[in-house]
Amino acid sequence: MHELGVTENIVNIVLAKANEAQANKVIQINIVIGELSGFVPECIQFYFDSLSKGTMAQGAVLHFDSIPTQLRCRDCSTIFHPQDTVWACPGCQGRSVEISQGRELYIESIDIE
Amino acid sequence: MKKIEVIQNVLEANEVIASRNRQLLDKHKVFAINIMSAPGAGKTSLILHTLRKLKDKLRIAVIEGDVASIVDAEKVQSEAKAIVQINTRNMPESCSLMAAMIEAALKGLFLDTLDLLLIENIGNLVCPAEFALGEHKRVVISSLPEGDDKPVKYPLIFIDADAVIINKMDLLSHVDFDIAAFRRSVTGLNPKVEFFQLSCKTGEGVEQWCSWVWEQVKTNTRGR
Repeated sequence: MHELGVTENIVNIVLAKANEAQANKVIQINIVIGELSGFVPECIQFYFDSLSKGTMAQGAVLHFDSIPTQLRCRDCSTIFHPQDTVWACPGCQGRSVEISQGRELYIESIDIE
Repeated sequence: MKKIEVIQNVLEANEVIASRNRQLLDKHKVFAINIMSAPGAGKTSLILHTLRKLKDKLRIAVIEGDVASIVDAEKVQSEAKAIVQINTRNMPESCSLMAAMIEAALKGLFLDTLDLLLIENIGNLVCPAEFALGEHKRVVISSLPEGDDKPVKYPLIFIDADAVIINKMDLLSHVDFDIAAFRRSVTGLNPKVEFFQLSCKTGEGVEQWCSWVWEQVKTNTRGR
């Protein structure tokens, strides 16, 4: 529901970088997205196709690399991937956990011509 | 074809505006609280109680975020020193307040005449977790009819909360809400969180919440 603003940011960042590199065309945009991030790749692509029209990023493919959720147990320091929605440590069954990975949303790189 | 490294956070644009909002609020010594919850959990009722309890001690403004309507703004109008209604229906994004909306709203407030800004976010436990507004404290309200599993289903909003309020305590005997389990889930995610159990219907527990707000504002003003 809130992908439009985020996609505007993506287009702005990409065009700035592509201009800086004196590109003629942006072929692919490589985006890293955490599993816990509240953003939907299909939705970003949909807005992107519309927002990039008439720019050198028009027609670029958005490639999403999903990063799995990684939690760290505060009690025994076990790092684990939660198997279900209950975030319990597989080592000590503790429920005190912090997210060490999974909230990311960043542009890793762009492929240009 | 050439690959260019970028490594740039896509949410940075919002965060830049949020930190600008925060600097502006700090400059004018206004303490801001972002109040988030599912629809109907009691954001407006809590704001009304807070206004009634603290309006003689603090100059309080309210920013009301809603997809549509001014019903909440009308409710708090007589109690707040100033109020700005944000309707997100005609905005590109309607599911959460964002820093740019707050930046625009702050322009409509005389910040020098205020001590406290209460921001009522859009009723939603998902999207507001992603967008900082420039607030000093983030507060999440959960109400008993919603069930005690919300921290399990929507962890992000609870992870970043400074305080979690359990509202509608007057309904405790009518619903299957395990307070201890709820608090365990939240503290698991967020060990430093403060809890308040209250009922906006009966007013029970509201006093403790208001004292906390009062303390926060005092500490904030004294610190500068």
